[in-house]
Amino acid sequence: MLTILFDGIAYGMLLFVLACGLSITLGLMNFVNLAHGAFAMAGGYITVIMMNRYGISFYWCLPAAFFVTALIGVLLERTLYRRLYKSSHLDQVLFSIGLVFMSIAAVDYFMGGQQQLISLPPELRGRFDFFGVGIGRYRLFIIVLCAALTVALQLALTRTRFGSQLRAAVDDGRVARGLGINVSVVFALTFALGSGLAGLGGALGTEILGLDPNFPLKFLIYFMIVVTVGGTSSITGPFVAALLLGIADVAGKYYVPQAGAFIIYGVMIMVLILRPHGLFAREGGR
Amino acid sequence: MSDKALSASETASGLLKRAGRWQIWEIALWLIAIAMIFVLPSKMLILTEITILALFAVSLDLILGYAGIVSLGHTAFFGLGAYVAGIFARDYVSEPVTGLLVAGAVSGLFGFVTSFLVLRGSDLTRLMTTFGVAMLLAELANQAAWLTGGADGLSGVMITPILGLFEFDLWGRNGYIYALVVLMVLTFIARRIVNSPYGLSLKAIKRNPVRAAMLGISPTRRIVVVYTIAAVYAGIAGALLTQTTSFVSPDVLAFHRSADVLLVLVIGGTGYLYGGIFGAIIFTVLRDWLSVITPQYWMFWIGLILIIIVMVGRERITRWQAFLPGSARAERLKARKAAEDVR
Repeated sequence: MLTILFDGIAYGMLLFVLACGLSITLGLMNFVNLAHGAFAMAGGYITVIMMNRYGISFYWCLPAAFFVTALIGVLLERTLYRRLYKSSHLDQVLFSIGLVFMSIAAVDYFMGGQQQLISLPPELRGRFDFFGVGIGRYRLFIIVLCAALTVALQLALTRTRFGSQLRAAVDDGRVARGLGINVSVVFALTFALGSGLAGLGGALGTEILGLDPNFPLKFLIYFMIVVTVGGTSSITGPFVAALLLGIADVAGKYYVPQAGAFIIYGVMIMVLILRPHGLFAREGGR
Repeated sequence: MSDKALSASETASGLLKRAGRWQIWEIALWLIAIAMIFVLPSKMLILTEITILALFAVSLDLILGYAGIVSLGHTAFFGLGAYVAGIFARDYVSEPVTGLLVAGAVSGLFGFVTSFLVLRGSDLTRLMTTFGVAMLLAELANQAAWLTGGADGLSGVMITPILGLFEFDLWGRNGYIYALVVLMVLTFIARRIVNSPYGLSLKAIKRNPVRAAMLGISPTRRIVVVYTIAAVYAGIAGALLTQTTSFVSPDVLAFHRSADVLLVLVIGGTGYLYGGIFGAIIFTVLRDWLSVITPQYWMFWIGLILIIIVMVGRERITRWQAFLPGSARAERLKARKAAEDVR
């Protein structure tokens, strides 16, 4: 029972790291980026290639996944995404679906369609007993890492100069520009951060979520649920939503496996009917 | 005073009548479609596929192009229609026209119920709810194996001759004629709808719902109605697929179908009904050609095309319609240009 709760929390934390980049682009920058999962997939494949082909340690792969994905994010933002900030949502949806299709086919071409496996370092494998609760070492690792990231992210957004610049740029781009904030650089850096986090999440999730070319579509719905249910005005909303979703999904799969994905979709639709702007939306938010 | 009002309403109905006038290219398009029966008898199956996809896209155009609702799960209605037609033919009546009507009715009912979900919230909420509904149905079809055959698909669908007279032949000739007739009838009805005052009020809602509400046009009821009609259309398109192939695969509810039909509509252009038909022709021919060149990776090229379309701008790509002879759009563009020149 408590083990399921623990696994659910680990799963939720992982989902949060994967989705929080999306909650920034979608919530703060108002860009419907359905290709977010493609960045996560990139992070996962970077880890797989580094570990299995070059034998690099898992711990080095994580920052590498973050930085390489962030770099890809910046490149795409500068060349393509930037032009679409002002376009209609339909254009953004079409563009990002196109990107998803291309990434799926490209990964299939280079890496093949099979499930990718990595072997974790020995100290992260297995479980230990803690007051009768079975705790997976790797899941504990994820929880600690993700909790640290969440706190850092929350502090960065609320306490630092960059965070206030970002909030200013989002609230009113013209005035922020008038005050001497370089809005397009702020957006580019934010986008890089978001995609980097997705890449990191993808690297961490290779073991738990599995990795194959259909990853972006398979987990798109999870990311979107986290963001839409959590509301897009803060970090805490998606965080709570991700935890709830993680626990509900793990518990649902364990207790009522035949219900499959019904519970999640059903809950999401119910929430969206009752609270169209998410559970924790601030009034008048976008 | 009343004199003036009369003349205003007369002008309005005159304008509506002009917008609804038959164009030369429309008539030509239908004549070509009919001529295909004799010109390309070996390509009947792909032509049927195009016709069904066109009907599906026309249905999406009703809600996207006229009511401005972005849907990521329109295939829910398509798949529902396909399954209803299949189960109805297997267990009850195997006559296709009856099955078509039943599938349309069930799908329309489902559309009516779910239409209340798209009334609230922003574009994003709509995207998510439509997507969620489609995923729910897909999951349902996958789980309820006793009814739908689960992941193996629904087989054993026997279709008797249409109205008891015309049998589906091996070359798909009658299948194509059947699908084409359905497409023609439904497009004519849709044409009447969008060129009516009701269609005009939908366009007003799409441009600015608040202003439309202030003018006394209630968005709620109109969106419910058009969403239901679109669901009926999509359901009939799905039923056509079942009846011409005698098989339903769970693939009819897959996400990529919703994305495909969006792409079809975007290629052809939204908001003038024929976009779906032109788009279906271009898309199917393109996909056929791509999957011959790169059997496994045609998805890559479809994605590239999507990105290019968005980057170049949808407006610019669909401008070619303006050069169709006697197009109302061409006249409008000309008028707009003249107005700009004066300014």
